[in-house]
Amino acid sequence: MKELLEGSLAVAEIVRLCKPGVISAYPITPQTHIVEELAQIVANGKLNAQFVNVESEHSAASTVLGSVACGVRSYTATSSQGLFLMAEVLYNIAGMRLPVIMTTAARAISAPINIWNDHQDVVSLRDSGWIQFHAEDIQEAVDLHLIAYRLGEDKSIMLPVMVCVDGFILTHGLETVNMPSQEEVDKFLPPYKAPYKLDITNPLTLGPLVDPEFYTEARFALNETHKEALALIPKITSEFSKVFGRNYNGLIEGYQMKDAERVIVAMGSVCGTVKDVVDELRKKGKKVGLLKITSLRPFPASHIYEALKNIPKVAVIDRALSLGSFAPLAAEIKAVFFGRPKTPKTISSFVVGLGGRDITRESIKEIFRLLTGKEKQGEFIDLKPELLKESYE
Amino acid sequence: MFGPLVCKPGSSRNNKTGPWRTELRPKFLKKECIACNMCLIVCPEACITGQGKNSYDFDPDFCKGCGNCAAVCPKKDIEMVKEDSV
Repeated sequence: MKELLEGSLAVAEIVRLCKPGVISAYPITPQTHIVEELAQIVANGKLNAQFVNVESEHSAASTVLGSVACGVRSYTATSSQGLFLMAEVLYNIAGMRLPVIMTTAARAISAPINIWNDHQDVVSLRDSGWIQFHAEDIQEAVDLHLIAYRLGEDKSIMLPVMVCVDGFILTHGLETVNMPSQEEVDKFLPPYKAPYKLDITNPLTLGPLVDPEFYTEARFALNETHKEALALIPKITSEFSKVFGRNYNGLIEGYQMKDAERVIVAMGSVCGTVKDVVDELRKKGKKVGLLKITSLRPFPASHIYEALKNIPKVAVIDRALSLGSFAPLAAEIKAVFFGRPKTPKTISSFVVGLGGRDITRESIKEIFRLLTGKEKQGEFIDLKPELLKESYE
Repeated sequence: MFGPLVCKPGSSRNNKTGPWRTELRPKFLKKECIACNMCLIVCPEACITGQGKNSYDFDPDFCKGCGNCAAVCPKKDIEMVKEDSV
């Protein structure tokens, strides 16, 4: 059914339809509306789940680690500083192979404190072992949660999945959302049956100490499973489209790529703006396009290679920094082409939209303009040089 | 793919840690023992067993050679000896 919904309420509604048995979260802007709504849903008896109130994000993550370890489908959500407080537990959840599903309302990191959207929090957690999906709009955010549960709980995968939803832009924006019915969701997502769980009648230890004899193999298996997830995601999304009628690749999405000469690579809500600019420039006869990365982890390197190998000029938009080095997404896109037979002539890197600074059509047009020139390295768009004249000597 | 992930109860007993031992191991002389149980109690590995005078001994599969049993024995009936002297 089509409804006009705020992003957070849409996410809460799809989580309700996925029927988790345990929800634990600590409120943090801009994630708050999601868990507020879920708390209300549970309190009103519309979802038979235990909502565990906790004193911090570290405890929220620990609670869902425990509940999934006991074989119960679980859910949490956080953002920014909360995600960092969870970090230690997040690596454990992945290492213990527990399919926790979490929404992260992507937000800037302190200092200076800033509650607005960029990707610094989620991109910093890219090595945690979690599968990481980035949503472009609210509909995709809703659908990615269904795909996340299905993928994470697959017996061959058993990995946690983070659905990254741009803070405010998507969590607080309103959009007409096609919300599936309970019957459709039940058809796509069977109840969770844990292949291993904490059970007093069949005791076992999860997450034990392992010495150097075992650690390498545990981590190797985790890495291999990400490769297996790469192969499984398109199968799950094609099944998704059969049930719900919406098509996703789940890994990458090309927009006007066929004869494109200049292509922007981006993640998240900015892709919508880029698509609008592509449409505008295409009308003027400019051969421009967009490659959207939906799955940052596992990183679809070979799919990206095939999509970009014949594109002359590529721009990578980063909404995060790896301070002291190359912009994180740009570095990975470049790594895809190192030592390969075909490669774009230039792969430029742009940093834009940090801490909620608007990425306007003009910002995107500026990037397309700059692509006609020499290759750019970590070029900041919309930088205000007048703010860089402070002196504290 | 799954690597080492879960273990059944009793894994500590299966994972023999005796090879980590220092170059010393206790020698229970079994002459002056009064069955005070002190060696059994202080052993951090809980690898000393015995009941009654001169019956106590240690499990080399788990003993780390810390020497606490020899130090606590009021009758000096436990000696720490070089591993290769046995």
